[in-house]
Amino acid sequence: MHAAPLVALVGNPNAGKSALFNALTGARQKVGNYPGVTVERHSGRLALDDGRPVELVDLPGTYSLDPASADERVTRDVVTGRGKFERAPDALVVVVDAANLDNHLRFALQLIALGRPVVVALNMVDLAERDGLTLDPAILSRELGVPVVPTVAVRKRGLDDLRAALTDLVGRHAVTAPAEVEEDMVVLQRRARTIAQRAVVNETPGRRWGHALDAVALHPLFGPLLLLALLFVMFQAVFAWSEAPIGWIEEGFTALEAFVSGLLPDGFFRSLITDGLIAGVGAVIVFLPQILILFLFILVLEASGYMVRAAFLMDRMMARVGLSGRAFIPLLSSFACAVPGIMATRTIDDEKDRLTTILIAPLMTCSARLPVYTIIIGAFIPDRTVGGWVGLQGLVLFGLYVLGILGAFVAALALRRTVTKGASSGFMMEMPKYQWPQWRDVTLGLWSRVEIFLKRAGTTIALTTVILWALLSYPKPPEGSPVSQVDYSVAGRIANGLEVIVRPIGFNRDITLALIPAMAAREVAVAAIGTVYAIDDPEAEGGQKAITENLRDRWSLPTALAFLMWFVFAPQCISTIAVTRRETNGWKWPAFMVGYLFAAAYIMAGITYWLAVALGL
Amino acid sequence: MPAMATIIDNLATFPRQTRATVATIDWARLAVPEARRLRELGFDEGADVEVLHRARFGTGPVACRIGRMTVALRRTVAAAISVSKR
Repeated sequence: MHAAPLVALVGNPNAGKSALFNALTGARQKVGNYPGVTVERHSGRLALDDGRPVELVDLPGTYSLDPASADERVTRDVVTGRGKFERAPDALVVVVDAANLDNHLRFALQLIALGRPVVVALNMVDLAERDGLTLDPAILSRELGVPVVPTVAVRKRGLDDLRAALTDLVGRHAVTAPAEVEEDMVVLQRRARTIAQRAVVNETPGRRWGHALDAVALHPLFGPLLLLALLFVMFQAVFAWSEAPIGWIEEGFTALEAFVSGLLPDGFFRSLITDGLIAGVGAVIVFLPQILILFLFILVLEASGYMVRAAFLMDRMMARVGLSGRAFIPLLSSFACAVPGIMATRTIDDEKDRLTTILIAPLMTCSARLPVYTIIIGAFIPDRTVGGWVGLQGLVLFGLYVLGILGAFVAALALRRTVTKGASSGFMMEMPKYQWPQWRDVTLGLWSRVEIFLKRAGTTIALTTVILWALLSYPKPPEGSPVSQVDYSVAGRIANGLEVIVRPIGFNRDITLALIPAMAAREVAVAAIGTVYAIDDPEAEGGQKAITENLRDRWSLPTALAFLMWFVFAPQCISTIAVTRRETNGWKWPAFMVGYLFAAAYIMAGITYWLAVALGL
Repeated sequence: MPAMATIIDNLATFPRQTRATVATIDWARLAVPEARRLRELGFDEGADVEVLHRARFGTGPVACRIGRMTVALRRTVAAAISVSKR
């Protein structure tokens, strides 16, 4: 049986290819309002009007078939059917932004010249109209010699016409042999401009509210202040908005624990479920509201078009450490998780720039560190306000994020002068029009986070916690032994042995116990501490309250601060190491990354501990 | 046209929010990938441009409109683009 015909979505960055892909296939690929959201090939199924199935592929946006960066190479390879994608597409859907025909038609002309069946999706016609631009698809179609279908992907407009056009095209052989493909960009550009002008029926100066917004967002003084304020509000909100939902989850788990305790007789299973699963996994799930608030902010920033403005504002600072503003986008995404952040570096043209960005991405505080920060801050930083309205806990959290960013800048500076030395690269980026976030996309983005988080909690975190519980619960000390259960257990003995290495930086047995399983996922550190105290202090009531009280009793403030500092720097996640290996094609750079981050974590935690002790904290 | 003196300036220093036409681009001053990206974004002689915003005084990137698109450029690149007032 032959594989289904292949249809590729191609076009300039931020033309709306992924939105169209989602609308046509029902997929949930990430969409956003900045160039470079899609960095790899995604494939989905679509049924044509006559029932034939086709394979639709969504591709990274590019300006030409002459790739400058890793993501653009993927597009070139798929469209031309070379490399590991040996099958050339049977038809192309060229997606162009109706409001920006001058530029998008140039690449469209290049693609049409390849001679494959093409349909042009004239996307975002609604935004063009908002800008006062009325276009005639029929004129455009005549000028280009291919069918043109007006669409609004995010509102699912024009999809039926597009599917009909594809039904007509797929199966046809290349209409024209690839004629002389015009290579000269300037000639193509002028032709594109002429065609675009002919297709315009009416052009009135539209509302330029985007420019008014930019007058503030890009203002030399107010712009940076606005960016700082946005980030600040984001971290305050993480604490302020999450209080109530965290309380509900807490109550739920306490009730569940009481219910299970009443149901099961005291013994192996009861301990496994209450001390292991509920104390461990529950301690992590409590943080879901905070993680979702953080993601909500990042998703809205990505969907609105503000991301590139932030990159613009950050360019000068990034240039000082040898990077460009472009690197700021993957770094900001790394606040959510370093794995997509590292993948997003594919849009960076310069290899050395890209490598540096990959190496510093783990220093951006990812959402998995949030539970660790929150629980330590909750236990050791008083819940009061400074200056009337700023929460002290939120302020400390903001400080930890800033510390990660500063650490990343220092690391970039050092790396660019040593291992990733090279000429400084430029910054040139298209700035998208502002758009209201599509709430459906934001909701879907949040929902997929809930799924990922709960899946991690149910698999990696639960499994690690149960293993840790077993290693902490056995062997049992003999009756009347002065040695505690935890110290007598396998894990306790290992931790007591390893403590020698971390004692100089103020870490205790409990931290050693938490750090090792935290390699699987950072949140496990919290789950591990939850389990240790559930076993060590079986009388205490469960939940976060018990962890907090135990922490206050057992840890000194310098130890807690050193632990926070460790988490700012330490490379504590296997997925990040794995994606670094994949993106750098080998073990050399991930090994280097792990080495330098561990060294930084040890030294910084040590300095914090010694300073705090010296200051008498 | 003697009545209308053509002001030749570059995008790094040209007054903001004034429509201009690209006169010449000094390609030799640009790195090869930079020059190509600039062409891909539609910069060539005769293009209709306008400086919209500049980041902090002196250094930092420039946001300019080209056609119906807004593009951020480093100031060194903007300095290689000569423009005349429309």
